[in-house]
Amino acid sequence: MNTTRDVVIVGASVAGLTTAVTLRTLGYDGRLTLIGDEPHTPYDRPPLSKQILAGTWEPDRIRLRTDEELAALDAELLFGRSATGLDVAAGRVLLDGGDSVPYGSLVIATGVNPCRLPGVELAGVHLLRTLDDALALRAAMLRGPRVAVVGAGFLGAEAAAAARGMGLEVTLIDPRPVPMRRQFGDRVGALVGELHQDHGVSVRCGTGVNQFLETDGRVTGLELTDGVKLDADLVVVAVGAAPATGWLRESGLLLTNGVECDATCRAAPGVYAAGDVASWHNSHFDAPMRLEHRLNATEQAQAVARNVLGAELPFAPVPYFWTDQYDARIQAYGIFPADADLAVLHGELDSRRFVAAYGHRGRVVGVLGWNCPRELRTLRRLVVERAPWSSIGAQECLTAAW
Amino acid sequence: MRVTLHQDKCVASGQCVLAAQEVFDQRDEDGVAVLLDDSPPAGAHDDVRHAAAVCPALAITLAES
Repeated sequence: MNTTRDVVIVGASVAGLTTAVTLRTLGYDGRLTLIGDEPHTPYDRPPLSKQILAGTWEPDRIRLRTDEELAALDAELLFGRSATGLDVAAGRVLLDGGDSVPYGSLVIATGVNPCRLPGVELAGVHLLRTLDDALALRAAMLRGPRVAVVGAGFLGAEAAAAARGMGLEVTLIDPRPVPMRRQFGDRVGALVGELHQDHGVSVRCGTGVNQFLETDGRVTGLELTDGVKLDADLVVVAVGAAPATGWLRESGLLLTNGVECDATCRAAPGVYAAGDVASWHNSHFDAPMRLEHRLNATEQAQAVARNVLGAELPFAPVPYFWTDQYDARIQAYGIFPADADLAVLHGELDSRRFVAAYGHRGRVVGVLGWNCPRELRTLRRLVVERAPWSSIGAQECLTAAW
Repeated sequence: MRVTLHQDKCVASGQCVLAAQEVFDQRDEDGVAVLLDDSPPAGAHDDVRHAAAVCPALAITLAES
């Protein structure tokens, strides 16, 4: 272990907090500062678009640590403060209000910001990233029966499911031909579309938004690219997110797709990144990667904490992510490139209980389970072993996932 | 070490089984984790700590004695 002192972590969500916790677990006893721009103590995000939106959980339940556990970290906790700049040469993080914090090692874990559309400033239009966003959206959903969700990725699809669960009239809009296409491809995406239709969602895929319709600054509907005008009391905009690197613009760090790091998640001497904001080379897939997944935030933070303390180990995980919509629990290990092939290994696609493998360049690179958690966990090894695509013995071989 | 599993928070990721399969398993029907041993032997403690640390739902709590 080296003699690192004064670790500063910017970002106090899962990645930032886990870095702090892991440093202490590993015996780091130097100064530790955790800076987060939200006023809340650290909380978990996956439930925001599920249980918090549906109202089945109170916000207190998604806290990542109790006050006692936070106090036991023996860290300076600067919540409700934003980092506004980084001076790498001087080793200082600049804060809102003009003061700054010196660091020996810096961990950047500022996550992502939701992408916006023109019209997003209208009353009745909601983004969904923070706890406050989720509570505001839930309050609006309790008032307005007609919801338009723009974007059918993880967040949009989950928000649509939560809104249907509240009995609202929901339209799900995405310019791609099926929901979750970017994540899972056409075959599985089509199943997600059918799932939503079966639960009463009007799925309008292959259609974009031309403009937001409004009266006196409040949204009244959408005009779609196919000319259709849709009435809506509220609109959820879930069109992806961009790395929160605005504060690093003058830092000299490479910011192509988030904070560019090497295989050990190091961006510059003494500077590391973890979680949604970090782009690094995953040697298991020999590919550059930036993941907006819950488990990655934990695992990458743990790896970064070890590397801050001198381990210098590459971070080469098999990614894991999941989504819950209605009674469907879709879980996935690995990566899902846009030109992958797909093969069903267990069950059948139409039964909505199956495990499918995704093949790319002759290897299994991903496995996806739909209501098959145990079977999926067992088949994860195909991704770990990078099994040859020709070896997997699929019941049904389909040619293209997309 | 005393292990508590909060099944109401579990998201069925199976990470705990990958980390410590002698202590955790998953239900057949929905993948929710089940605790096989709430006071595992010392040799399993590191694996159980890892399971608790990676759980993406923070559904495992440990009381270290």
